[in-house]
Amino acid sequence: MNNKFNINALGRKVPTDVNGNNAIPYMGIGKHKPTGRKYAPPIVSSSDYPSDGNKTIESLKAALIKSGIADGMTISTHHHFRNGDLVANQIFDIASELGIKNLTWVPSASFECHVPLIKYLEDGTIHHIEGSMNGSLGRFTSEGKMEGMGILRSHGGRYQAIQDGEVHIDIAVIAAPTADAFGNATGDRGPAACGLLGFALADSQYADKVIVVTDNLVPFPCYPWQIHGNLVDYVVLVDKVGLPEKIVSGTTEITKSPDRLLLAEMTAQFCNEAGIIKDGFSFQAGAGGTALSIGIYFAEILKKNGWKARFARGGSNKYLVNMLEGGLTDYILDGQTFDLEGVRSMRENSNHLNTSPFTSYNYHGKGNFSTMVDVVILGATEVDVNFNANVVTHSDGVLLHGIGGWQNCLFSKCTILPIPLFRDRISVIKDEVTTICGPGELIDVIVTERGIAINPLRKDLLEKLKGSSLPIKTIDELKAEGDAICGPAEKPRFTNKAVAVVKWVDGTIIDTIWQLEN
Amino acid sequence: MTTLASSGNKGKSIRSDCFINLEITTSGGIQTELTSKVALLYGKSIKQLAQDILLFFGIDHAKLTIEDTGALPLVLAARIEAAIKQLIQSNKEYLLPILPTNQYSTSREKFRFSRLYLPGNTPNLMINAGIHHPDGIILDLEDAVAVDKKEEAKYLVRNALRNIDFYSAERMVRINQIPRGLNDLDFIIPHNVNLILVPKCESAEQIHLLNTHIEKIKAKHSISNDIWLMPIIESALGVMKAFEIAISAPNVVALAIGLEDYTADLGTKRTSEATESFYARSVIVNACKAAGIQPIDSVYSDIADMEGLKNNVIKSKSLGFEGMGCIHPRQIKVIHQYFAPDADEITKAKKIVNAFVEATEKGLGVVSLGTKMIDPPVVKRAQKIISLAISLGILSQNWREENEQ
Repeated sequence: MNNKFNINALGRKVPTDVNGNNAIPYMGIGKHKPTGRKYAPPIVSSSDYPSDGNKTIESLKAALIKSGIADGMTISTHHHFRNGDLVANQIFDIASELGIKNLTWVPSASFECHVPLIKYLEDGTIHHIEGSMNGSLGRFTSEGKMEGMGILRSHGGRYQAIQDGEVHIDIAVIAAPTADAFGNATGDRGPAACGLLGFALADSQYADKVIVVTDNLVPFPCYPWQIHGNLVDYVVLVDKVGLPEKIVSGTTEITKSPDRLLLAEMTAQFCNEAGIIKDGFSFQAGAGGTALSIGIYFAEILKKNGWKARFARGGSNKYLVNMLEGGLTDYILDGQTFDLEGVRSMRENSNHLNTSPFTSYNYHGKGNFSTMVDVVILGATEVDVNFNANVVTHSDGVLLHGIGGWQNCLFSKCTILPIPLFRDRISVIKDEVTTICGPGELIDVIVTERGIAINPLRKDLLEKLKGSSLPIKTIDELKAEGDAICGPAEKPRFTNKAVAVVKWVDGTIIDTIWQLEN
Repeated sequence: MTTLASSGNKGKSIRSDCFINLEITTSGGIQTELTSKVALLYGKSIKQLAQDILLFFGIDHAKLTIEDTGALPLVLAARIEAAIKQLIQSNKEYLLPILPTNQYSTSREKFRFSRLYLPGNTPNLMINAGIHHPDGIILDLEDAVAVDKKEEAKYLVRNALRNIDFYSAERMVRINQIPRGLNDLDFIIPHNVNLILVPKCESAEQIHLLNTHIEKIKAKHSISNDIWLMPIIESALGVMKAFEIAISAPNVVALAIGLEDYTADLGTKRTSEATESFYARSVIVNACKAAGIQPIDSVYSDIADMEGLKNNVIKSKSLGFEGMGCIHPRQIKVIHQYFAPDADEITKAKKIVNAFVEATEKGLGVVSLGTKMIDPPVVKRAQKIISLAISLGILSQNWREENEQ
């Protein structure tokens, strides 16, 4: 490796070159503002497309060949089916069969179901992944086995990178629960219904070629047309597009753990005492068991006071749907649907709105929704005494998770991370996190079962919580408490090889993932 | 001589624990094989700790395997020592320094609304028990520990008493039945236990015997702080002897009733109406009130049914009980809420405390409310209710000033 490195605004060492492209170090929040005009897909002519609107083609292989699949191309897929995705693996099976090499895979997120792709990373079919490298793919990356350098982006960052031309997608393959022969597609119905297809929106608009794959082909028109057929080149009918039982993620039940329920209760009480919960407020809670429980406590507080939220941002699930149907929120602004109740509600309820990374998170939009949310509840693998947080690597240095919408959500009016002070023996508050994914200035509150730390920048919150019965402590006090319980830990050892970079929402590099020693 | 021993727990659902295999050998030094999900961060320190303990007991050659699921040092130490003690005779104990925050005593009158049972051989339930703020935690050496794990549980309970912060909860241990339970005392008396639960108590003699042993150990270790007793009445005989037990010793601060064993002894079943135990519960309450100690009710075993628990607490309080056991942290809040003084009790207590403060300010020796004279124990009780109401957050710390405005 003869890569050169820069030190970015957070003091992190980041490469100047990522897969042959010039890389810009993180400069601070809202500092990097590219100019010029947005990236655009090639001009096409409708006269080149069948006048009867029938774009079906016999197989995915034929569609890929017709789309001109070739060495070095960039191919994108999406995670609407989560761990039940059946399409991404097929694409690379076909590529391998055709002897194609050096592809870049741009998934909006990866799951354990994508482990078979490791063999294509090993044999050079896939050069590197841009998006997320979860679980086994993350471990593979951490061990330095990926040919190219991985790139981790948030959901909003993915839109940004496509819009400013940082990522040029040659072929987008959109797996759709229902579609017509023209290419109109929707996620809210069909045997593999998953709710919405927002993560594929940018790809449909900007990719050179767009292929829709479905197992539920309906006569024109397929409506709602979450994906516009006017942007689609080919439509492929397959037997099965996804495994419905794995589409619903495993984290959609509220927690039964008393420790986590306590965290949820403390977080809700904090929001209540801080005056965040009020008539007309808005919130976003993630999909984890603790976050879901917080939503339930929020609902109780609203009910008790006769209040109603104006909107709840999803990840929707049955608990949010209950709130919508029970009159505790006017709207759900949904970015992805976590269970079948969410899918049903999205299909039936006109106040359950379909949103996308464009509306919610995009850096190159004229504003986005994320800054308008009153409070957002997120997780983290680690935080440090400067409130910087990590969501991608663990304390042992292994890359295991993607960023999701986490970075984008940090822009809400109040960002709260409820996390246990230690997991097994691993204390979560560090002097310095293994990987910075979000700068501390955007993280307002850390809630642990042993105390709550408010970011000193939030003097208003500190003032409001004065005299509270909640255990308000400094982050240093919390760290000392966690360290005392767990004992001094060793640190993971890395080589000087950068195996992946973490992008900030504006496309700059906020941190580097390093190869683990041994 | 046996040279092989094991201790601890392993398996899919086990966390924050470890499983130890120890073989004492005659040569080759100490060889430790570790598998751990925290190996990268704690591998060296775990091996070092294991080595220190073995050398402490004079073992220079051994094969040790540790299957670790994120055990804290106090757990590792307990497991390793428990394995060693199966193989060698030693009066030595490997103790980590006691947490300074654990050196507190409790008072006889302390409220004991909730006491959370923690199985004595299950570390992951102990570590976070204190954050739920029960009035007491019970490290259980009796029924919650499998027979073949009784011995190793003593080491874990000892280390937990010293090294887990229970955040000022009263630190209780349920020992095994007398006489077997007398063997548990060496593991808890020198390690700052606050209260001992005495299961299946049926006579004052048992309490006397227990106290004789406790005093011996206290004297040996120069311990002066109080160690309270809470005998558990779990049989028809125990019920008939309740008052005798209640007044058997000055350190008996409460009687608890254990309904599972009691109903079995009667040859009947526990029902939700609880008519089968009404007599026994009333006897316990009366024995306690007559003796000036706290009557404590049995646990409510359906942890999913919070409404049922609530009704149970209300019934229990109306019978005269002053607390009950919990088997799940989520029960604590409900128990506190419904054992807590209600509005009437608080109003009455406020009047009494006000009268007392005014009398003291005026230098009067006698406290009176209207035409009634108030006895000192009544004032004390009222003060307790007030401080309890404050600690439960149902009364403001500054209620007197706020009342005057």
